[in-house]
Amino acid sequence: MTSLNFSPAIRSALRLSPFKLSSAMVLAASLLATPILAHNAAAKTFRYAFQGDLNALDPYTLDETFTIGALGNVFEGLTKRDKDLKIIPGLATSWEVMEPTRWRFHLRKGVKFHDGEDFTADDVVFSCERAMTGGSQFKGNLPAVKQVVKVDDYTVDMILSSPNPILTSQLDTLFMMSKKWAQANNAMETQPASAKELNPGALKADGTGPFYIVSHEPGVKTVFKPNTGWWGKRTDNFDEVDFTTIKSDATRVAALLSGQVDMIEPVPVQAMQKVNDNPGTKVLSAPELRTVFLTMDQKRDELLFSDVKGKNPFKDVRVRKAFYQAIDIKAIDSKLMRGLGQPAALLVTPVVFPEAKDFKRFPYDVAAAKKLMADAGYPNGFSLTMHCPNDRYVNDEAICQAVTTMLARINVKVTLKAIPKAQYFALAGASGGYGTSFGMLGWTPASNDPLEILTQLLGCRDDKGNGGLFNYGGYCNPKVDALAKQAMVETDVTKRNALLVEAFKLTTADVGALPLHQQYLAWGISKKIQIVQRPTDPILFYEAHKD
Amino acid sequence: MSSTTPQPALPENTASWWKRLADSDITYSFTRSKVVMGSAFISALLLLLALFAPYVSPHDPTNLASLDLMNSLNPPAWLQGGSWDYPLGTDNQGRDMLSALLFGLRLSLSVSLASVILAMALGITLGLISGYFGGWADTIIMRIADIQMTFPAILTALLVNGVVRALLGLNHTGGADYWVLVLSIGLSFWVQFARTVRGSAMVERSKDYVAAARLIGVRPTRIMFTHVLPNVLGPVLVIATISLALAIITEATLSFLGVGLPPSNPSLGTLVRVGNDFLLSGEWWIVFFPGLILAILALSVNMLGDWLRDALNPKLR
Repeated sequence: MTSLNFSPAIRSALRLSPFKLSSAMVLAASLLATPILAHNAAAKTFRYAFQGDLNALDPYTLDETFTIGALGNVFEGLTKRDKDLKIIPGLATSWEVMEPTRWRFHLRKGVKFHDGEDFTADDVVFSCERAMTGGSQFKGNLPAVKQVVKVDDYTVDMILSSPNPILTSQLDTLFMMSKKWAQANNAMETQPASAKELNPGALKADGTGPFYIVSHEPGVKTVFKPNTGWWGKRTDNFDEVDFTTIKSDATRVAALLSGQVDMIEPVPVQAMQKVNDNPGTKVLSAPELRTVFLTMDQKRDELLFSDVKGKNPFKDVRVRKAFYQAIDIKAIDSKLMRGLGQPAALLVTPVVFPEAKDFKRFPYDVAAAKKLMADAGYPNGFSLTMHCPNDRYVNDEAICQAVTTMLARINVKVTLKAIPKAQYFALAGASGGYGTSFGMLGWTPASNDPLEILTQLLGCRDDKGNGGLFNYGGYCNPKVDALAKQAMVETDVTKRNALLVEAFKLTTADVGALPLHQQYLAWGISKKIQIVQRPTDPILFYEAHKD
Repeated sequence: MSSTTPQPALPENTASWWKRLADSDITYSFTRSKVVMGSAFISALLLLLALFAPYVSPHDPTNLASLDLMNSLNPPAWLQGGSWDYPLGTDNQGRDMLSALLFGLRLSLSVSLASVILAMALGITLGLISGYFGGWADTIIMRIADIQMTFPAILTALLVNGVVRALLGLNHTGGADYWVLVLSIGLSFWVQFARTVRGSAMVERSKDYVAAARLIGVRPTRIMFTHVLPNVLGPVLVIATISLALAIITEATLSFLGVGLPPSNPSLGTLVRVGNDFLLSGEWWIVFFPGLILAILALSVNMLGDWLRDALNPKLR
């Protein structure tokens, strides 16, 4: 394949778009078919399918694990993570803390974007500014960054408003874009997640990563090809990667079993046995760092979707606690999840925050929940609408249905609206004005640090999302914010943990959100595939291999 | 048919309606075919079950508080692990399949009936206007009908469904799903009615009795609905029956695609969609029974429609 795999630099010299290039390659391949087959027995196509869509290719549109994972093959951040999730150099080869609020990053030289442009400090400044403004969902990754300054072509300084010991762990998913490319493709501003249509610029991508995107049809198919000029070390032997969306559980499993795809995510829990029993396939499963939880709008004076008018029942902690105690998480995890869910007491897994083990869930107790409802003034319950994604988390819709059932026992009539994740996140997130009353969210702390939970999910926010950007429920306790602020600058680990524990005690007592469980990752793979399954759940092709 | 053709006052006419019905050609043709009698029996049985679903089903699937997740995925009673509390087993939420089926049948039938009635009302009105007045009204209505005929009904239904849902936004309440479905199926089925009625209306328009009615000053609406309409009811009845079978399938298809009724209030199509997820995992009963009932229902209604078409067609007698 070497004769056909133009490096990006050559491609730009030839002024060929990926489309023209691929048709040229097909032509060339058909002329040279026989020798190439003989020459290139090792080159393979890797096909994988996910339950949801890969929508915008704009790396700041959606802060969602699957999208970040897929784009992580195309883009890179200043830092990266190794297989044990430790931070390693990425597009920055080294960094130093000049003073607590000034970090200096030395950029990797000789790195080229897929279109052949050099990667320089201008691109870093541009990317950070783009990520901090407009419809970006990555503002939280640069929480204390005041300004990014170019020192020379390969050095940038990040100037912080307050010290941030975990800055580098927040930069690995903040992908670097090309400024020139963005100018040429009308992609200077982030495509907001709630927009009805994608900008043409959001349908293309130009990163520095090990793969480039040949074609992208949102919700249908995305084709990746290896970037042979990539600076890093790859273990894959793919000459093409095809991603497709297969929403139906049964169809997705059938596609894997029949060999139509090499990998699926997720394997529905009811099909795990089947996938493992099939001789050519197996399930790769491990606890995920993600915690799935329910959000309750505590900010509005009146809920958007409820028959309670003039007041917001969720402002009363007794109602929130009643909801909590009405949910039988053990039944959900044993029956719906078939054992592949770990009930959670906090919004963060003990793997990331070992102290989470000391927290206990409020017990499942319908009688207590009913009493709480009566005390709060709702002995006959009320009705409200719950919004749920139906293609994001393991069994998301089924879990929401079960919650609906369980809340019916405390006379709360829940109308369930299960919608695709693209619609759901657009509605529930900042760009949709936090438009749900009762919803679901799952969160993997990408920084591998519990502080992110307190700032991103439980920090006070305004209506536009300044503050806790992903705090869908609008929970706000100034004491928690103060503790989080202290923890952010605290460098002593024991002291920092004590601050975090104290903050989580407050959020638990307040029932700021309703934790459900940590789900298990369930990838179904063909036995021909070797792939690294990280607990943060990205599917990285360059770490895979096909026999 | 006998009611519309003027008849001399013969003794038979004073006999009870039951006797007249028993002596009619239709009854004769009905009793000659076991398939038709079987279809009629099954359709009637399913209709009754749907009507009395709240009384015959062992559980109330709409009462969410009665569901218990711990009873989920039970197999049918005759299999290992099943119990007669849940004769056809339970789904993944612990809902009794038999009860869900009966309520689903009720919903499927009521959506299909309502949408056929809507299609019929729309089609008859437009067909009468088109056939009776002719001219530009005819041209406009029939060209619209022609355009719509070029699309498969399911496509039209999906289109209407999408447009209405987009207009309603995400904020609509649960009850809207039902009417959106009725509207989208109804709007995709009116063309057949309109074309048939138009043809008959054009024939009737030039007949003497219509001319007479017009001469004495009867208003066009009255002529259309009291004089012309009764003469086209036969074919309309046939189309209605066949459309009903198609509407049942269309409803199921839309619900299967996820744009129909929600899982919390499932029709047969929704049940098949939910059960589809369990196809490869051994819990076959979640998808099998709704599919089976759906097939039987559509088949028997279709059979009835076919028979009615033949029985009412004088050329085939």
